[in-house]
Amino acid sequence: MSLYLLPVQILLLIFLVFAVSRVVLRLKEGGLTFGAFLFWLGIWLLGGFAVIKPSFTTYIAEKIGIQRGTDVIIYLSLALLFYLVFRTNIFIENLREEITKIVREISLIDKKNKK
Amino acid sequence: MKSIFIVLPAFNEEKVIGKVLETLSKELSKIKNIDFKVVVVDDGSWDNTSLIAKKKKVCVLRHPINRGLGGSLATGMEFAKRQKADYLVTLDADGQHDPQDIKKILSPLIGEKADVVIGIRDLKKMPFDRKLMTFFSSCLTFLLFGVYCSDTQSGFRGFNKKAIKNIKIKTQRMEVSSEFFHEIKKFKLKLVEIPIKVIYTAYSREKGQKNVNAIKILVKLILRLFR
Repeated sequence: MSLYLLPVQILLLIFLVFAVSRVVLRLKEGGLTFGAFLFWLGIWLLGGFAVIKPSFTTYIAEKIGIQRGTDVIIYLSLALLFYLVFRTNIFIENLREEITKIVREISLIDKKNKK
Repeated sequence: MKSIFIVLPAFNEEKVIGKVLETLSKELSKIKNIDFKVVVVDDGSWDNTSLIAKKKKVCVLRHPINRGLGGSLATGMEFAKRQKADYLVTLDADGQHDPQDIKKILSPLIGEKADVVIGIRDLKKMPFDRKLMTFFSSCLTFLLFGVYCSDTQSGFRGFNKKAIKNIKIKTQRMEVSSEFFHEIKKFKLKLVEIPIKVIYTAYSREKGQKNVNAIKILVKLILRLFR
């Protein structure tokens, strides 16, 4: 089976290889949990498959009642972006809470030391 | 002797904190056989709030940076917990609460009829926009956390030892008022509402919750459900 790739497909694949390498690197550094690693790896591999075989997206689109394959990608990307914004907000809130805990400890230790 | 901590979260309250603490001390001195400890949590004020409070010989905990109402209340609660307080009463530092009501707040707690007491403001005397905001906050709190209280946004609250031990505040700012109900539900705490007096002044109106913050509070409360 010969594989003919358009320049845009090659560019997208280079980007996806780079994205996978970052995910692997972040796992090695301990910046990602194994679950998060699998999630991101799955996302990028699915993306890679859709780039190599665009007919796959059309097949999915037909199955779920959307006319064009590219629309499926746009809808999924939007859903993913919303989810990521949501996760980022949770992350920020947790970070704020951590800062407050440090501030609290400082004020309580200060009080203890002044006694 | 029971120890009762009175916590006042304060942010840039130099104009009124001195007078509020004086009135509070005067009122507390009338209640016998109880060890009161007044704690001002200065939430990173850039004015003389801490200095004035210290002159009034009360305990001052100072946040090096501003963390919001939720952060300050949680600091007061953590301090009370570490000091093994029997009861904790929170009230606003802007002078809108009458210290005479402390006795009313403490009564169901000491009588073991409640774990948490909320001082309910008289809705008839409340400015219209505040009344509307209070109503929506109560509905929202009920929808999100399943507990109904006619004035969820009241800053006059009382807690017994069980509540002090269990309640863990995660939110930072004004949304804390609703978050208390999340904890009340979670730990099955007995809640009692007690009517209180509120002194509305131009100062307290200016310092209080802004109506435009409602959306922000709603978003934070929804996020709180997922944390």
